[in-house]
Amino acid sequence: MIQFFSLDLSVFFAVAVAFVIALYVILDGFDLGIGILFPLAPRPADRDLMIETLAPIWDGNETWLVLGGMVLLTAFPAAFAILIPAYYVPLAFMLFGLVLRGISFAFRAQGGALQLAWTSAFAGGSILAAFCQGAILGSFIGTPIKVADGHFAGGPFDWITPFSVATGLGLIAGHALLGACWLVWKVDGTLQAFGRKSALATLVITGGAIALVSVWTPLSVPQIAERWFTVPHFVALAPLPLIAAAAWIGVLRALSGPHDWLPFLCAIVLFLASLGGLGASIWPQIVPGVMDIWAAASEHQTQMTSLFALAGFVPVILAYVGFSYWTFRGKVGVS
Amino acid sequence: MDTVLLSRLQFAFTIGYHILWPAFTIGIAWFIVVLNALWLRTGKPTYRDLATFWTKVFALAFAMGVVTGVVISYEIGLNWSRYARATANVIGPLLTLEVLTAFFLEAGFIGIMLFGEHRVGRKLHFLASVIVATGTLISAFWIVSANSWMQTPVAFTVRDGQFVATDFWGVVFNPSMPYRLVHMILASFITGNFVVVGVSAFWLLRARSEDQNAAQTAFSMCLWFAAILVPLQIIAGDQHGLNTREYQPMKLAAIEARWETAKSVPITFIAWPDENAERNDYSIEIPLLGSIILTHSLDGEVKGLKEVPASERPPVLPVFLAFRIMVGCGLVLLGIAFIALYLRWRRQLFDSRWYLYACVACTPLGFVATLAGWTVTEVGRQPYVIYGQLRTAAAVSPVAGGAVFGSLAVALVLYNLLLLSFFFYGGRLVWRGLRTDTPISPVGRPIGAISASVQARGAVQ
Repeated sequence: MIQFFSLDLSVFFAVAVAFVIALYVILDGFDLGIGILFPLAPRPADRDLMIETLAPIWDGNETWLVLGGMVLLTAFPAAFAILIPAYYVPLAFMLFGLVLRGISFAFRAQGGALQLAWTSAFAGGSILAAFCQGAILGSFIGTPIKVADGHFAGGPFDWITPFSVATGLGLIAGHALLGACWLVWKVDGTLQAFGRKSALATLVITGGAIALVSVWTPLSVPQIAERWFTVPHFVALAPLPLIAAAAWIGVLRALSGPHDWLPFLCAIVLFLASLGGLGASIWPQIVPGVMDIWAAASEHQTQMTSLFALAGFVPVILAYVGFSYWTFRGKVGVS
Repeated sequence: MDTVLLSRLQFAFTIGYHILWPAFTIGIAWFIVVLNALWLRTGKPTYRDLATFWTKVFALAFAMGVVTGVVISYEIGLNWSRYARATANVIGPLLTLEVLTAFFLEAGFIGIMLFGEHRVGRKLHFLASVIVATGTLISAFWIVSANSWMQTPVAFTVRDGQFVATDFWGVVFNPSMPYRLVHMILASFITGNFVVVGVSAFWLLRARSEDQNAAQTAFSMCLWFAAILVPLQIIAGDQHGLNTREYQPMKLAAIEARWETAKSVPITFIAWPDENAERNDYSIEIPLLGSIILTHSLDGEVKGLKEVPASERPPVLPVFLAFRIMVGCGLVLLGIAFIALYLRWRRQLFDSRWYLYACVACTPLGFVATLAGWTVTEVGRQPYVIYGQLRTAAAVSPVAGGAVFGSLAVALVLYNLLLLSFFFYGGRLVWRGLRTDTPISPVGRPIGAISASVQARGAVQ
């Protein structure tokens, strides 16, 4: 027990925030990806199937975003109070995109003359949310936030740079890759073939985007270069790009292989390795260049309360979310 | 542009819009639980048909609540980052617990509730609906707790301008929390209840034969609920008022538009409070009733707004009027509930057309009362965001007014379009009534299950 209490809670919560963000990016990633691929579906009826793969689970996927925000607020309030206003515009548009696509599940299912409008809203909202997330990510690692007296002191459009636009577009492709691999797993026939084709195209773009980030960030941010290219770190971090490369090849090979679930699994590994790389680049900063996790941390007792809450509930949540996925297992459109 | 005012407008609009959906779905979720339980016990198809119908409406409203709720949780950081920074050590764990114990629970089982009946069986499906309904209450518990702490902050110290909880459960069960929680949950039950009453009354008025059984069942059931819930709510509101008098005297003074502290005060039915002149115009008063209602004694003292400087007072007019709107709605609904008892005794409940029309007209009153009540409690807390501790103007994010204005404008357009769409689709469901067996989602079930359920219905009929 003594050992347990001497655990550095800020490190625990940094890992917890990273874990929740990673879960969110993967779960809502394939979810948004289906929306991104929506306009390209071969037949209108295929869109109903695509929705059917998501309808029972999308709400749970999105809840990880809310948890991520609230854990950040509770464990690192100083960072929360800088980061959220700094990304006011892209976050607001991400939220509006999520509102549009989320409500489209309910309204599109009502059929009728307006269905096409909700089909467009579902796709448009998904694309908007994905772009904003990618742009926030790019800006987070590439553009230092202006801070004065512990509060955000920049302008509403500081986050827009060519790099953040590129990462925004890159994440659209990345989410589409997850969505395409999800389709390969969850459907059959022509729609599955569409999934394979889309996965191939988005895999190439996603690979390019990851390569761009990997080259551009060490070139433009000296601390990141130092992190990756000095000796002890270099050895410790070398597995991440290797895993990412292996996962990329894994998706490519699995797409023509016999296991429908394998491309999705490899795409998840690709995402995790990439997110791990980003985490390694900024660790232990939480507002890059401004604040590390210890400076941003909340009071010890606040972190303790949250620690018990997370440790008590997250395993239960994972169990019943797993049960829900299990309930709706198997290919859709097959009775 | 004034970031504080714009941020307040934005939060008022988005949270006022958001609360409409939980206020409705908390009640409807439990109504569906009751219907499903009756269907499991009795096997009467009426209960099943009603449960299916209200689950469809619930699915639409629940989705509206979910998507607008995600926005709220981030607005705390977007528009109120200084508040977030100052209160994270008190509010943060409550909000985290709300996500962990309520949002995930609802999200994890709503899929099974809406689409999973044929996959998990009737009993587990029933359990899923109970879990979702429980999740709505747990969510209300945490968020009302957080809000109540902002009204009656206790169990904290201030370190470097930041509030730090000294006792977690002291924060959770702060002095106004039990009253506000009971008041809000009853409000949700009543709101959902009178939507069912209104829709059933519409079906009864339309007199389409296939709807009548279900309409009579739901109408009668919910008017029984109303006869219990509305009086309970009035008692809860009265107790809440006593609590407000003790902890937030200036809010009570604004509710009553009372300027001077006095004993044996009258009740002001209606008036036009003039904040500059510090008096009420055109007021209609009844002597002594104020002290009787507000203090439960003939010579009870009620504090007046002049106790504090004008800069410490909440805006009087909106609080005063909103309170009267809330109470007015409550009294109308009380009348509806009591008339039902009389008509039931005379065996005319289902065929007094004037009464059915009145019930249809009362459909939105629960929502109106809920919004008015929240206006009273939130505007009445001004000029503080944390009563007596942190002023609203000091809580706002350091962002450009233009950004807040832009997002407010987008929210106004988007949310109103969604509201219109909800009315369109919800109205269409009500119009179609129970006749058509359209599934919750045309793609929600495999073809086999739909045809099986159609056959099952055919067999029942």
